Amino acid sequence: MKILVCISNVPDTTSKINFTDGNTKFDTNGVQFVINPNDEFGLTRAMWFKEKQGATVHVASVGGSSAEPTIRKALAIGADEAIRVDAEPTDGYFVAQQLAAVVKNGGYDLIIAGRESIDYNGGMVPGMLATLLDMNFVNTCINIEVDGNNVKAMREIDGGKEKIETTLPLVIGGQKGLVEESDLRIPNMRGIMMARKKALNVVAPIDAIAATTDIKFEQPAPKGAVKLVDADNVGELVNLLHNEAKVI
Amino acid sequence: MSVLVYTESENGKFKKNAFEAASYAYEVAQQLGTTATAISINANENESLGNYGITKVLNVSNDKLSTFNAKAYANIIAEAAKNEGAKVIVVSSSSDTKFLAPLLATKLEAGMVSNVVAAPESTSPFIVKRTVFSNKGFAHTQINTEIKLIAVSNNAFGLVENTTSTTVEDFSPTVSDADFSTKSTEIDKVVGKATIADADIVVSGGRGLKGPENWGMIEELADVLGAATACSKPVSDMGWRPHSEHVGQTGKPVASNLYIAIGISGAIQHLAGVSASKTKVVINTDPEAPFFKAADYGIVGDAFEVVPKLIEKLKEFKAQNA
Ligand SMILES: Cc1cc2nc3c(=O)[nH]c(=O)nc-3n(C[C@H](O)[C@H](O)[C@H](O)COP(=O)(O)OP(=O)(O)OC[C@H]3O[C@@H](n4cnc5c(N)ncnc54)[C@H](O)[C@@H]3O)c2cc1C
Repeated sequence: MKILVCISNVPDTTSKINFTDGNTKFDTNGVQFVINPNDEFGLTRAMWFKEKQGATVHVASVGGSSAEPTIRKALAIGADEAIRVDAEPTDGYFVAQQLAAVVKNGGYDLIIAGRESIDYNGGMVPGMLATLLDMNFVNTCINIEVDGNNVKAMREIDGGKEKIETTLPLVIGGQKGLVEESDLRIPNMRGIMMARKKALNVVAPIDAIAATTDIKFEQPAPKGAVKLVDADNVGELVNLLHNEAKVI
Repeated sequence: MSVLVYTESENGKFKKNAFEAASYAYEVAQQLGTTATAISINANENESLGNYGITKVLNVSNDKLSTFNAKAYANIIAEAAKNEGAKVIVVSSSSDTKFLAPLLATKLEAGMVSNVVAAPESTSPFIVKRTVFSNKGFAHTQINTEIKLIAVSNNAFGLVENTTSTTVEDFSPTVSDADFSTKSTEIDKVVGKATIADADIVVSGGRGLKGPENWGMIEELADVLGAATACSKPVSDMGWRPHSEHVGQTGKPVASNLYIAIGISGAIQHLAGVSASKTKVVINTDPEAPFFKAADYGIVGDAFEVVPKLIEKLKEFKAQNA
């Protein structure tokens, strides 16, 4: 089985979000970039397939050279090879088209992407990719088992979960559940050394359009101060929720 | 050239987000000087969409579609869009619509924008406002393609009533067997309880509750309020609560009217995922807990004392207002 894990290079979850150039750009100043958490769960599941079922695992990312430390980290965790499509990831449709070209060239059986990337939260790349490639697709995937061409998967739905049966070739939009938090791997020294020798192939983007363009950004309005209610006067909270906030 | 909205239903009954998406579609139609058409699948009471400005409903009745299938549903909506010559398609943000929307966008070569929180600020060029960076910012995003797909956030635009008369037409799209190459075999879902996605109120517990055995009072509080229950990430990581209850940046997003956080510190990743809620309440022993900076109302106190009192007061309140 040949697996491609799609990786998005995103600000660390603790990042303060600021905008620059007259609020037209995200300010990357002082921001730490990491593997998108949803993708990291997928990558870790791919490692399981590598170790238990002999799968080959490649990672792909659409981005400039600044994404390379994140890609190297994926190699240090254990991916065999990496592909970087040398283009700014301007919108979900653009990224999906680039990744579709990578998949066509590489002949992958299973494509693991994250259900959404925590920067722009579009949640569209995996589904678009599956449709461009005419492959099966499972979103918000929290478990996957592969036996030959047959796939048993679990999907998170509102208020529960759903078992799904399908076949390879398949794209999934993954998230926590594919593996547990405690299964995530911190690259060790040996992994980091080996990653330096692994291939990181930079490929030119294909001609594709961005279907959307961010014109301007804005920060949320600052929040007013909290109204404290005394722990001995809980009835006052009920009163405020009813008469002031009008939510009960 | 109408605006088309997919109005999602469950067991024949429209979801609240269907009415919200319909309200949004009507607003877009007004701006474009056209009408709003809905596409519904195995739904009853299609006329009720007339309360939200929908003048025509395409209703699909087909037993093959009784269980959600993203590909089949996306193909149906795409066919309806083509028939109607729709240039704008509106969907909600449930887990099912998030699954089908990118398939639909690709089929129609439509530019798609997710997490849209307000009516278009301009229709030429077409610009909408959406949340980005897990609610830590907003973007004003222009859609460059002829056909546009807008996924509206839960509980942001809101329900807007506009009563109009509605005609319901049967719509029999092609449903191909190939759509079912991804097959649902079993659904395990809480029944008769609000889910985090569509509840007006969410009651959420954190590590401060010490252990799963203490969730009785959280469930009772949720019960009294008709709320969904949720939890912080470590609580689900430790197996105290199911993963489907994990909310925050890497869990489910919450956009309820009221969010009550009990024994939750308010880490940045937690707040990012719940900040779209309109009113936030925190109950925590530590007055320095960061959640107090994000909340509207707070009680500094021990959950094991405060929550039972709150349940009692809410029961009294309900008895008086029944
Ligand atoms: C990449 C990444 C992603 C993450 N994503 C998420 C996410 O999506 N969602 C999420 O929730 N977290 C997420 N986290 C974890 C987050 O950083 C915090 O660790 C987590 O939210 C803390 O959970 P908590 O508030 O339940 O626990 P704690 O931080 O331990 O807080 C417990 C609180 O309970 C209070 N308390 C103790 N006893 C009582 C009592 N008797 N009565 C009342 N209060 C009491 C304490 O004062 C404390 O404030 C993420 C972290 C990382 C690194």
